[in-house]
Amino acid sequence: MADDELIWRIAGGSGDGIASTSQNFAKALMRAGLHVFTHRHYPSRIRGGHTYVEVRASADPVKSRGDGYNFLLALGDSFARNPQEEAYYGNEEVKPLSENLDELREGGVIIYDEGLLDASDIPDFEERAEENDWHVFPLDLRGLAREQGREVMRNTAGVGATCAITGIELEWIEELMTDAMPDKILEPNLEILETAYEQVSEEYDVDAPDISVPEGEHEEEQLLMSGSDAIAYGAIDEGCRFIAGYPMTPWTEVFTIMTQNLPELGGISEQVEDEIAAAALAVGASHAGTKAMSGSSGGGFALMSEPLGLAEMSETPVVLVEAMRAGPSTGMPTKPEQADLEHVLYTSQGDSHRVVLAPGTVQEAYDHSRTAFRLAYDYQIPSIVLYDQKLSGELTNVPASHFDRDPNPSMGKTLTEQEIANEPHTEGKFHRFQHDVEDGVSPRSIPGQKGGRHLVTGNEHNPEGHISEDPDNRIAQVNRRFQKMDAIRADLDERSLLRRYGPEDTEYGILTFGSQQGTVEEAVDRLNENGTSVRMLSVGELAPFPVDDVEAFVESVDEVLVVEMNASAQFRGLTQKELGRYGEKLHSLLKYNGNPFEPAEIVEGFETSIVEDGELPGPETKFVPAAGD
Amino acid sequence: MSAFSAIGEERDIDRDEYTPAIEPQATWCPGCGDFGVLKSLKQALPEIGRTPDETLLVTGIGCSGKLNSYLDSYGFHTIHGRSLPVARAAALANPELEVIAAGGDGDGYGIGGNHFMHTARENHDMTYIVFNNEIFGLTKGQTSPTSPKGHKSKTQPHGSAKTPIRPLSLALTSGASFVARTAAVNPNQARDILVEAMEHDGFAHVDFLTQCPTWNKDARQYVPYTDINDSEDYDFDPTNRADAQELMRQTEDKLYEGEVLTGIYYREDDRPSYQEEKRELGELPEEPLAERYFDDDYEWERSYDNFIDKHR
Ligand SMILES: Cc1ncc(C[n+]2csc(CCOP(=O)(O)OP(=O)(O)O)c2C)c(N)n1
Ligand code: SF4
Repeated sequence: MADDELIWRIAGGSGDGIASTSQNFAKALMRAGLHVFTHRHYPSRIRGGHTYVEVRASADPVKSRGDGYNFLLALGDSFARNPQEEAYYGNEEVKPLSENLDELREGGVIIYDEGLLDASDIPDFEERAEENDWHVFPLDLRGLAREQGREVMRNTAGVGATCAITGIELEWIEELMTDAMPDKILEPNLEILETAYEQVSEEYDVDAPDISVPEGEHEEEQLLMSGSDAIAYGAIDEGCRFIAGYPMTPWTEVFTIMTQNLPELGGISEQVEDEIAAAALAVGASHAGTKAMSGSSGGGFALMSEPLGLAEMSETPVVLVEAMRAGPSTGMPTKPEQADLEHVLYTSQGDSHRVVLAPGTVQEAYDHSRTAFRLAYDYQIPSIVLYDQKLSGELTNVPASHFDRDPNPSMGKTLTEQEIANEPHTEGKFHRFQHDVEDGVSPRSIPGQKGGRHLVTGNEHNPEGHISEDPDNRIAQVNRRFQKMDAIRADLDERSLLRRYGPEDTEYGILTFGSQQGTVEEAVDRLNENGTSVRMLSVGELAPFPVDDVEAFVESVDEVLVVEMNASAQFRGLTQKELGRYGEKLHSLLKYNGNPFEPAEIVEGFETSIVEDGELPGPETKFVPAAGD
Repeated sequence: MSAFSAIGEERDIDRDEYTPAIEPQATWCPGCGDFGVLKSLKQALPEIGRTPDETLLVTGIGCSGKLNSYLDSYGFHTIHGRSLPVARAAALANPELEVIAAGGDGDGYGIGGNHFMHTARENHDMTYIVFNNEIFGLTKGQTSPTSPKGHKSKTQPHGSAKTPIRPLSLALTSGASFVARTAAVNPNQARDILVEAMEHDGFAHVDFLTQCPTWNKDARQYVPYTDINDSEDYDFDPTNRADAQELMRQTEDKLYEGEVLTGIYYREDDRPSYQEEKRELGELPEEPLAERYFDDDYEWERSYDNFIDKHR
């Protein structure tokens, strides 16, 4: 096979252990020196229903799930059948095999569990296999697992078979199992792994598929991590020790990771009654002198709009995470979309402000999480980390050194009691909201500090914190809160969160944000190889918006394609609004079927729409031409 | 040395220290029952030895929420119905603060009803005062969750078809470990109850009957009160849950007909507060979390040191 990468898809039913098996497999490949990237597809159902995970592995860095895949391990869908006859889920039993064939590349490999799946149930299976030159290995994985231990361990049998066919050395898997499994189940698993490996090696001519895993080597230690892991660790390294939340997919991932880690660090996690409470708790904890966060996904974040506004008006630093999934309302709980952008930018009444940062990769998730905290506390403003279901769950290898940074528990302009004594007071009351301070940030005191007594309120207020409807005071306070955004913009200019990719001077540009960044980068490489001159700008700071940088980028190219996962071109809208013009240059490539872009879709979308002025091939993606100003 | 030296300060406190030097711009109507709460609170705080700098008063929105403007302490005037989640987080971040939340009946039993239930069940160590005037004051006289059935207002012109909420029973069944009712017309009892509420270890709910002469002229809060802890007619033990429940039922049925029973209905002194429970589980630090950010010697751990192993 010509592919210089392995894209291994393990498919089965939810609850089959697909996630853990794939995670271990990815880790083993990473330890073996490869770059890995996983993509997870699952339905909003706890047990049963078709699910798969892809593990892409290559000697070179991988930035997306890639296009299609070349190795299928189809396990039985054991949980699809309900013991009650009436509740039979149609043909789900064979779905691990039947559902996955469309994207399998030519020359690919199929291992399927003969013990549970019958290929003859799929009418055109043989035909398609022949047409596409697929190498099919029916194996009784269930039987094998049953003989040696327990039926559920057929995953392990599948991994053993995979290794035999691809030439992956068993020791990588064995080492990982030894690290990860308790003794009791380790033994039978190792047994199953080896037996499967040997049986397949003996019975089949495994060289025939000519599929082998590339060899690679890492220069430094790598870690396998998701975007949610990275956001949580970024928060911890910035000294966040308080989190409050209410579960909602996919935000739950950050919430859980923080909850599992905080007590060990002397921190506090609270699962509370709803999202309004969650965000309000974060505000309360921050007011009382901690670094605090909360977060949710679309619908839950909608409830946070009130406490978000309170944080802004009371100038209480707080970090909120918004993990987008397809909406509106409950939408598609397990599918990614980038359609909450406007919601996050504009929710809450009045002239309100917040910082919105959108990481594009796992590394950036860590960095932006840290930056979000730093900005929130330095400027006493809510800041939001906006990402999505894709980045939240996909695992990829990142250099360990990226996380080896000093903690930063600084609370910004928070005074000590000695300092408070020197600040302005009126009749014993500390001036919490001084009008004229550099960068708009008034130093604060914390309840319990001597001499720092003041009132904060969600109402407009004067310097001492008292409710005020005085017009002059109103103007001074509004202006000061606005001024903070300018200061943040200047602060961000120094350590830009923009990601540039591709050759320097190009004819075209692609503008994107968030989790599509890596996929766009792969597309940019391919487009340039195909002879189109294009480069990317991915915007990590959505508020305040880096107007100058984006304008320079748009100016420097003939046409720009804006790539985002939503139907209403929200990011393009934001760009146009912020730049005030260039509508005639900004085209949109949109996708909103619940699946993220694949690089080929962007390449094709770009070539057909921008270069050739043609029509897109399928309904998955939508092209919206430039609008004019 | 603590970064919060106001906390635990021992000295005589004059109640005037709680009076803001600046005349509040937000003012209550003459004769408003809210003045009664203010007065009792100003007497109770010095009595328990809490200074303005170690007291955090978190309010909701409504006339009641303006309490912050009248009481000089650390204050957070939040949003409608949300004083409890803000307050309880502050009490978790710094358990040594005196945390008091306050709001009206609309604020606390209506929009904030969910938080009330949950804060009570979790038994957070704090005091919650609800100014119960059976009406929405600040938005000009609409029916509230405690308005009696048949109450007419601009938003219920034919009279309310709703049975009023039962705040005491609700607090008790939700799990509050201290439930009391007092009234603005009885400032001495109110002061004593507030003292006990603030000294209580756990969630102390005080339903504070106040009058709103502006919008609720028919309110029956002017009838003579019976103090259940004091009265000869009631042989009452506030640690007995069943007795408490029965008396609550009586007064909540009859509140709008005449007899009003006040006092401490229920107190559960041996139940650990949420903070204690959480500390026991290893989920709450021994030292107030807030202290740590002011401690230059504190060793902040990096995620790298602690959690990276499982990603290798
Ligand atoms: C979310 C929200 N809804 C409505 C309001 C308007 N509002 C302000 S005060 C209030 C009623 C307050 O009544 P209550 O809690 O009984 O307090 P009182 O004024 O009687 O002390 C309402 C509905 C608001 N501020 N916020
Ligand atoms: S409207 Fe009623 S509750 Fe509000 S201040 Fe006036 S009397 Fe008091």
